[in-house]
Amino acid sequence: MPNFTSSPRTLKRNRSERIFRAICQSAIALTALFLVFLISNLAINAIPSLTQYVVRLSLVVDPAKVDATQIAAGDFQAIVRTAIAAEFPDVTAKPEKKKLVKLFSTSIAENLQRQVTADPSLIGKTITVEGPLAADADSFLKGQQMSVSALGENSDFEARALAKLKEAGKLTREFSWSLLTNGDSRSPEKAGLRGAFMGSLFTIAITLLVALPLGVAAALYLEEFARQSRLRDLIEVNINNLAAVPSIIFGLLGLAVFVNKFGLPRSSPLVGGLVLALLVLPTIIIASRAALRSVPPSIREAALGVGASHQQSVFHHVLPLAVPGILTGTILGVARALGETAPLLMIGMVAFIADVPTRITDAATALPVQVYLWSALPEAAFRSRTSVAILALLIVLFVFNALAIWLRNRFERRW
Amino acid sequence: MSFKTVFTPAIPAIIAANAPKIVAQDVNVYYGEKSAIKELSITIPDKAVSAFIGPSGCGKSTFLRSINRMNDTIPSCRVTGKIAFDGMDIYDRAVDVVELRARIGMVFQKPNPFPKSIFENVAYGVRIHGLAKDKVDLERIVTESLQRASLWDEVKDRLAHAGTGLSGGQQQRLCIARAIAVNPEVILMDEPCSALDPIATARIEELISDLKQNFCIVIVTHSMQQAARVSDLTAFFHLGTLVEVGDTDAVFTNPQEKRTQDYITGRFG
Repeated sequence: MPNFTSSPRTLKRNRSERIFRAICQSAIALTALFLVFLISNLAINAIPSLTQYVVRLSLVVDPAKVDATQIAAGDFQAIVRTAIAAEFPDVTAKPEKKKLVKLFSTSIAENLQRQVTADPSLIGKTITVEGPLAADADSFLKGQQMSVSALGENSDFEARALAKLKEAGKLTREFSWSLLTNGDSRSPEKAGLRGAFMGSLFTIAITLLVALPLGVAAALYLEEFARQSRLRDLIEVNINNLAAVPSIIFGLLGLAVFVNKFGLPRSSPLVGGLVLALLVLPTIIIASRAALRSVPPSIREAALGVGASHQQSVFHHVLPLAVPGILTGTILGVARALGETAPLLMIGMVAFIADVPTRITDAATALPVQVYLWSALPEAAFRSRTSVAILALLIVLFVFNALAIWLRNRFERRW
Repeated sequence: MSFKTVFTPAIPAIIAANAPKIVAQDVNVYYGEKSAIKELSITIPDKAVSAFIGPSGCGKSTFLRSINRMNDTIPSCRVTGKIAFDGMDIYDRAVDVVELRARIGMVFQKPNPFPKSIFENVAYGVRIHGLAKDKVDLERIVTESLQRASLWDEVKDRLAHAGTGLSGGQQQRLCIARAIAVNPEVILMDEPCSALDPIATARIEELISDLKQNFCIVIVTHSMQQAARVSDLTAFFHLGTLVEVGDTDAVFTNPQEKRTQDYITGRFG
């Protein structure tokens, strides 16, 4: 009977295989652990910002403070202040009244102004206006910070005032849509990601529009049409070198060339997009060339064999087959560009911009820069909003990658 | 070493009987410094099958690819001498290589259909040369080509399916259909059956015999039996030289050169 039990030699071999597998598995487990830690940490930090305490104040639109012919000049803050004082009739001292006013966001007055502007007949009537609490008060109610005042002073008075409001049912906790619909602001409760999101969108659109045609054209020429020469070798080496240049250098280049030399508007998505296009161009060229090279030569020969010209064989057969690879490379490049901060700092997209950009020449900021900006701010509410911004950035990246995979599969299935 | 080609004493009967289609004179092919074909002269008859045989690396594929200037795609490749197609030197400056390849079709060693539908595979060459007047005409040409490649009955119900989904033998016949769709005069076949099983090979050979009514066919093969079965003229290559060329029957039954005899009896190669 044959003996198939393990010999010492095979035992040793099996053991080393097991050890190797264990090492690989633990590496993956460690990576997954880090990822879970990162995402969950972000999510936990982000959750408080997703909701906001909204207060409902009923107030009299005092005709003495708002003139129907000049609504924009009306003193809406004063109307809100009066309404706040009316909520707390027992508070009479001026410093304490001021403390109360600080509990409410100034956007209540802005909402009031909007309502009155839309319907001037409201002047003189009693209406209900909604608006968020100030960020400090909001954070205090959510238990994010110990005191209502950011300086950490004794704030029993404010705490009592908030408790009173809550008991009176004037406060509701709602999803903070302003986080998605507003531009940046100095007040956390008013700050939103819309400006940064639109800025990123414009920037990436410019990047794609510039880098994809240029990159594919360069790759096609180098791979399919250029003759072997020293110049071509030089260009190749330099494209590879370019891929390794630190991104901040591209920012400096953009500042010197696009902003100073060509006079394009600084801080604009146009310049940002051009700079990022330079940044991702080498990645796209290298990926496209690899994709073109991986098309089997038999396809080229088949096309040439039936009498297609060189150009026809490239555009009818080689390029379509290389599209999935080119797309993958492009998305990788664009994903990198989307998360890039340093070059955008150099061209001034780091400025504080409250308006949501509507054109590519408007001053704007981008999502990663917004993360950078918010993370430097001291308020607890901004700390939480930083996590929201990071998650938003990750979600956008995720969508991009999903799109790339979908496109790739679609193109591959066509054959 | 003498580069002179030894002909069978008389002019081969097939060359005497049929018009010459391709006449090569003193052709040399170089890859960089390396010489792949040395002083080759041969006449290839029309409406017949000519087979190139010889051991690997003997230059038969190189010469085949010189006939439709496929070697142009290799930057280091250089051709001297004269290859005449109906009397016109194909390496003349006035020759447009695209026009040339439209008249000299090629079938490759590995079946290489385009990753498109069966219909598109055949229609592609017709389209780029503008050979069809309209859609109906195009469909007629595709149908005819598939029929002539004896593939029609197998694929008529799935013309929209991918050409790459066919079996190896069917793919090779699709490639033949694609080649004949542009109505060439010569079809070059570079070991068309080397990737196929014996049944598929038999079908291709049958097809080659049919096609020679209308085309000048040149086939490179490693199978001596195949050369003996399908060809009218056989040329034996060795180390870049054309050693012997003659009527297939004569070369296989009564080779004039010792190297030819050694090769066809399996003593080397």
